[in-house]
Amino acid sequence: MTDIELHWDDAFAANRKSTPDHVRGRLSPENAVLPGFPSQPQASRTASMSVRKATRARDVRADPAPMRWAIIGIAVTFLVLFIVVPLLNVFAQALARGFGAYFAAIVQPDAIAAIELTLLAAAISVGLNLVFGVIAAWTITKYEFWGKSVLITVIDLPFSVSPVIAGLVFVLLFGAQGYLGPWLQEHDIKVIFALPGIVLATVFVTFPFVARELIPLMREQGTRDEEAALTLGASGLRTFFRVTLPNVKWALLYGVLLCNARAMGEFGAVSVVSGHVRGETNTMPLHIEVLYNEYQFTAAFAVASLLALLALVTLIAKVVLEGRATNAANSE
Amino acid sequence: MRIALHDVTRRFGAFTALDRVNLEVESGELIALLGPSGSGKTTLLRIIAGLDWPDEGEVHFDGEDALSRSVGERNVGFVFQSYALFRHMTVFENVAFGLRARPRRSRPGEAEIRARVERLLELVQLGPFGKRYPAQLSGGQRQRIALARALAIEPRILLLDEPFGALDAKVRKELRRWLRQLHDEIHVTSVFVTHDQEEALELADRVVVLDRGRIRQVGTPEDVYERPASAFVHHFIGESLSVPVTIATGGVHLAGRRLALDCQGLANGEASLFVRPYEVAIVPDADGAVLDGVVKRVHGFGPARRVEIALHAGGQEHFIEVHAPRNDPVRIGQRVGLQPRAYRLFAADAG
Repeated sequence: MTDIELHWDDAFAANRKSTPDHVRGRLSPENAVLPGFPSQPQASRTASMSVRKATRARDVRADPAPMRWAIIGIAVTFLVLFIVVPLLNVFAQALARGFGAYFAAIVQPDAIAAIELTLLAAAISVGLNLVFGVIAAWTITKYEFWGKSVLITVIDLPFSVSPVIAGLVFVLLFGAQGYLGPWLQEHDIKVIFALPGIVLATVFVTFPFVARELIPLMREQGTRDEEAALTLGASGLRTFFRVTLPNVKWALLYGVLLCNARAMGEFGAVSVVSGHVRGETNTMPLHIEVLYNEYQFTAAFAVASLLALLALVTLIAKVVLEGRATNAANSE
Repeated sequence: MRIALHDVTRRFGAFTALDRVNLEVESGELIALLGPSGSGKTTLLRIIAGLDWPDEGEVHFDGEDALSRSVGERNVGFVFQSYALFRHMTVFENVAFGLRARPRRSRPGEAEIRARVERLLELVQLGPFGKRYPAQLSGGQRQRIALARALAIEPRILLLDEPFGALDAKVRKELRRWLRQLHDEIHVTSVFVTHDQEEALELADRVVVLDRGRIRQVGTPEDVYERPASAFVHHFIGESLSVPVTIATGGVHLAGRRLALDCQGLANGEASLFVRPYEVAIVPDADGAVLDGVVKRVHGFGPARRVEIALHAGGQEHFIEVHAPRNDPVRIGQRVGLQPRAYRLFAADAG
């Protein structure tokens, strides 16, 4: 018989007889020395607890079944109507005239050029934002300086400013009538209506993604690990690549993924700076719009389906990454 | 390695974390920096390490200027309170980090690194744990790995910031004893920060008591405990009970009544009477004793009871707590006399 069972038996014995003296007797060697120690009505309390019948209350977290189903139904219906159906429609429309027409639309030279430009612009923008985002997050979380809170606010600016305005800013800066326009023309550098302008606009719009993913994590991790590496004789660069970067690996990948998704899909800002030159400065979203305006619905939806596919891949990658990151956090 | 700090001052804005601190640590010594939170002890440790710089003052290692060297060049082992183990590396790689980070010409070969890391893991009694990740270890094990990692670079000085702060009481005691043994074996000059006086007194060769950025006393554990230099040290180290008294005409007065105590050469003015709770005897004769009061509460557990007594001090009530043997007849509400066997007086303005 274990100790625990023994105690239970004692308690039951006390319970049945309902003699407080019995219980107090067991405690007395400890208490008797102390004057004025209140006698403990333990036994009687235990007794009243066993007598009380437990009536099981309804779980407060559960709503009545009809209400529960109604709420779930509304949520699911909404998701299907507004997200799943339109998405499926993109693919349905794209394939409306069969696979032949679908592939013809995709391999059309202007479409190929748009896909290439989109991938190139996204790659450059994501690369730049990866570097800038890490630097900004590092600056904000590891240093103390005047104006830091302003910087944090500025990082969020691209989220709150309309993309059209973001595009216009660059036209006003680098366009023919802009501040730097004449100088750029003199040196034969094309920014607006060319790849640099598209990249600039995309970088502006997608800047917050990487930085915003990193800042909370890096702030939480503090500088202890870096300090430890430094005391062990590691150089600044080694500390960054061997300690800081691995610590934020998953958040960084996640930020890059979101950044990439937005970079490929960006319409407004790019539309302003690109000039819509077919086969030259049209990205995928712009190309889709042009096709749609020319009533080439199948072609428009074919290219759109590619973009949607890229988004779905991003989404799946994001879910996988989130799982990884959660696992990493749980194993802390 | 001998450490000498000269007039080290560190300010954070308007707050003075360290105020002209002078300290010499002898080679091979184990020193405790003891003080309440905000006393500047961690700042002092970080300045020695090179993770922080003083606004004024000098730091010398064996006579050479340490402030002109960066943290990496000082060859100092630092154990962080939160361990700061690299979570994405195995225990083995954590310990090997300092060796791999060395410049190519002084970096040992892979076999040498392996041998040294394994020796260190043996030293901290975690030999079979090399392949694990920090997350798979207990708090005490992580702390030992942090120590092994710091020792891997063969530091000239070992600095430990609240090394046992995050551990539960039992592990803390074991690890404390183990660290003392380890220090006796490897004899590296060590400084550790703690707010736990028991830890400081048990572990250190000498204890440095800090308060509000200043060193209040430096001495062996016995010194600071038996011969505290100020009211603060008496209060901070060991249990104390204090009674505000007045020194006048060569005697000690409490609420206008002259006590049968020597004023220990103190000048006239406000002062505090300090007594250790176990150096007071409770006597039944209230009028014949040095102090008297009424028993308010008795906490009874362990070998000795603690008795809360309201001192008779004019109009005011002043509560003190003294130890009383189990079999002393003490009743709540009883008027008793208190006879200090040893006591100490400090002038009130001396802090």
